[in-house]
Amino acid sequence: MRHPTDNLYYLVFAALMVLLLLTVGVSRYELGAWSLPVAAGIASVKAVLILLYFMHVRYSRPLIWLVAGAGFFWLAILFGLTLSDYLTRDWPALPH
Amino acid sequence: MNLPAAARPPRNYLNASYSLHTWLFTLDHKRIAILYLLTITFFFVIGGVAATIVRLELMTPAGDLVESETYNKLFTIHGITMIFFFLIPSIPTVLGNFLVPLMLGARDLAFPRLNLLSYYLFAFGGLLTLWAILAGGVDTGWTFYTPYSSTYSNTYVMTTAVGVFITGFSSILTGLNFIVTTHMMRAPGQTWFRLPLFIWSMYATSLIMVLATPVVTLAILLVGLERLFGIGIFDPALGGDPLLFQHLFWFYSHPAVYIMILPAMGVVSELVACFSRRRPFGYAFIGFSSFAIAVLSFLVWGHHMFVSGQSPYAGLVFSMLSFLVAIPSAVKVFNWTATLYKASISYNTPMLYALGFIGLFTVGGLTGLFLATLAIDRHVHDTYFIVAHFHYIMVGGTVMAYLGGIHFWWPKMTGRMYPEGWARFSAVLIFAGFNLTFFPQFILGYLGMPRRYHVYPEEWQVLNVMSSAGASILAFGYFFPITYLTWSLWYGAPAPPNPFGHTGLEWQTPSPPPTYNFDRVPIVEEEAYNFDPDDTQRKAREEQELPVG
Amino acid sequence: MAEHSRALAHHFENLEQQRDAGELGMWLFLTTEIMFFGGLFLAYCVFRAWYPAEFVAGSETMDVTLGTINTAVLLTSSLSMALAVRAAGQSQRRRLVALLVATTLLGVVFLGIKSYEYHHKYEEGLIPFGGFPFAYDTGRRAGLVTFLNLYFLMTGLHAFHMVVGIFMLLALAVLAWRGGLLGERSLPVHNIGLYWHFVDLVWVYLFPFFYLIAVRSGGH
Repeated sequence: MRHPTDNLYYLVFAALMVLLLLTVGVSRYELGAWSLPVAAGIASVKAVLILLYFMHVRYSRPLIWLVAGAGFFWLAILFGLTLSDYLTRDWPALPH
Repeated sequence: MNLPAAARPPRNYLNASYSLHTWLFTLDHKRIAILYLLTITFFFVIGGVAATIVRLELMTPAGDLVESETYNKLFTIHGITMIFFFLIPSIPTVLGNFLVPLMLGARDLAFPRLNLLSYYLFAFGGLLTLWAILAGGVDTGWTFYTPYSSTYSNTYVMTTAVGVFITGFSSILTGLNFIVTTHMMRAPGQTWFRLPLFIWSMYATSLIMVLATPVVTLAILLVGLERLFGIGIFDPALGGDPLLFQHLFWFYSHPAVYIMILPAMGVVSELVACFSRRRPFGYAFIGFSSFAIAVLSFLVWGHHMFVSGQSPYAGLVFSMLSFLVAIPSAVKVFNWTATLYKASISYNTPMLYALGFIGLFTVGGLTGLFLATLAIDRHVHDTYFIVAHFHYIMVGGTVMAYLGGIHFWWPKMTGRMYPEGWARFSAVLIFAGFNLTFFPQFILGYLGMPRRYHVYPEEWQVLNVMSSAGASILAFGYFFPITYLTWSLWYGAPAPPNPFGHTGLEWQTPSPPPTYNFDRVPIVEEEAYNFDPDDTQRKAREEQELPVG
Repeated sequence: MAEHSRALAHHFENLEQQRDAGELGMWLFLTTEIMFFGGLFLAYCVFRAWYPAEFVAGSETMDVTLGTINTAVLLTSSLSMALAVRAAGQSQRRRLVALLVATTLLGVVFLGIKSYEYHHKYEEGLIPFGGFPFAYDTGRRAGLVTFLNLYFLMTGLHAFHMVVGIFMLLALAVLAWRGGLLGERSLPVHNIGLYWHFVDLVWVYLFPFFYLIAVRSGGH
């Protein structure tokens, strides 16, 4: 199993700090409805870096990929179907 | 008694040591299974007592036995104990804990200490809930809907919530243990498609336990925090949404019903195979259907919320997905039926339970399709139609399969045979009592009788009396196995390693197995369910002089 | 195998199986944590959609500078944790202990800053539950109340996870000082490392969701 080197960890750390500054910087601009997706997007890039490198997913066996992926997939189910309720509550009433 | 050395029973997991200390601090998955068996039976009795009082009250239209507040507490206690402290643990923690390592050819589960922790979390959570019951009870319904549970109820909601919260971790850890064991500790040659179908079911169940339970844990935690500190996520007065609780609650509680049925289906697959002397028809389909059920079960929870104020568009989506989840279950029923077709069937007690399961689960499952239909659910939601539907599945399904499994593996677990005559009689009695109890409830629900009410119009009394009469037969029926199984521990015939002639690694060990299961790690070279119709089974039966079919 | 390492538990066949099983178990546990915190993020999304203006108002009560520092502290602690795991695998005892202690200290710093923030909220009358004096009319500022409720819930639960993590790190540091947790016994470090990174990951989302909603031209 290949292991990341210390230098790789320092590199990832530097990237994370840059992304931190980016997300703070971006928040100074008025993005309206885009502010949540942009914030979530940058956070997700950081999350992926943490997952792949600090948590070794990149160097792990496929089963670990599956388990990590399953967690987020199931979270997507929770979000998706629940929001299917909240986002459609204001839709026009069904004919009856 | 002092037997000569040759006649003394060999060292097995039961007689390896007798001290209480070695039982309470055991790391042996088989002993932990027995601890669970005793504990869940205790809770089954408590839940049964609550149900008895409920059915007694319902024999008359007036609310003359108990007050309405007490009645609310009774059905709540019945629901909570039966669901969280009997049904959800039942097959996984008793049969699963005992059999999973044996069937895989392993010496124990992957994390024996976590297994023991699971048991103590379960017992502690159960004790807390028991304390809540004795101190005055809970009246929110097992569903804890907000804002009643979070703000208005004056009963022991917090204690019960903490009890269920703690028990949830037991479930998570058990599922985690099973998944890791199945991936990592299969014996050499034990490929996925050589596994018994019980393992497929337990694995699928474990997926649900691990992925769904945390969400209800969160929901209960939030209810507790709202009650204690007024952190109002679910309180409309503070800007919250009561429906959010329902989403979080049902995200777990719908898959939870599949935690209750998937292991039962796994048991039935084993019983049908053994007593038809056949490899289950469509083995791979049955296996994959377990996964399909596990995944699809997460997509349908909104069908519990059709009339709660959920968006009707979400209702449409959930309705359609609910129809979809019936398909893999139907696949199993078709395959079991095909396995039975023109097979040489023996009607031993476990098979009677399995056949009963197939019939009753089919009724329960089909009525589920009625409920998935928005237009019908509108009328029968919160009526006895729903009550009948889920009891057909949970009692007619899970409990029957649980009893069938307990009987089937009883010789392996205890080294004793149960009395076949009494057992068959009890199975038939339970089947009859069950149908008399719950079929009238379909009719009552369709006629409009609401659930969770202790009074009803006079014209429904006949059906209610039938249901209560059935319940008394059912209770009587359950009394028998508890008695003769206990009796068999001292007076039952000693069991051979494989009394029913089934395939699978657990039957290659003595009855009961030694503490470390296998002297040498077995090597699997055969496909699953490799029944030899000619010699082996017939010889095994002749040796033990068991009654034939 | 000809010889059995003392690190091998009796029910496993070899160390690799034991290690792989332990790692898989930890990942499954983290999956449960994803679902647990995920439910709260769901609540956040729902209420942010309901009360967009009030969530902005709520975010204006947050101290962006402190939040940024805290995020940097936590990211640094993840770095030191990752290095610690590597040190354990390479049997570098002193380095391992130093990195575990560093990670712990950074965690304590994070909690210290968080406590300061909580206290500040108390002084400003911004705790809408528990009988604390609240500066606004809860009936009229339902969205702000919800924002603050979610803030305390989510960062509170996160902080709780950090406290548990810190205790585990301390235990690891003690064991490492005594010479354990090296080489083939390094799995606990690896697993608690996974836990620590996960807690960091949650914060990576919490920070922008609570601190960075409002548009600010200068510092707080």
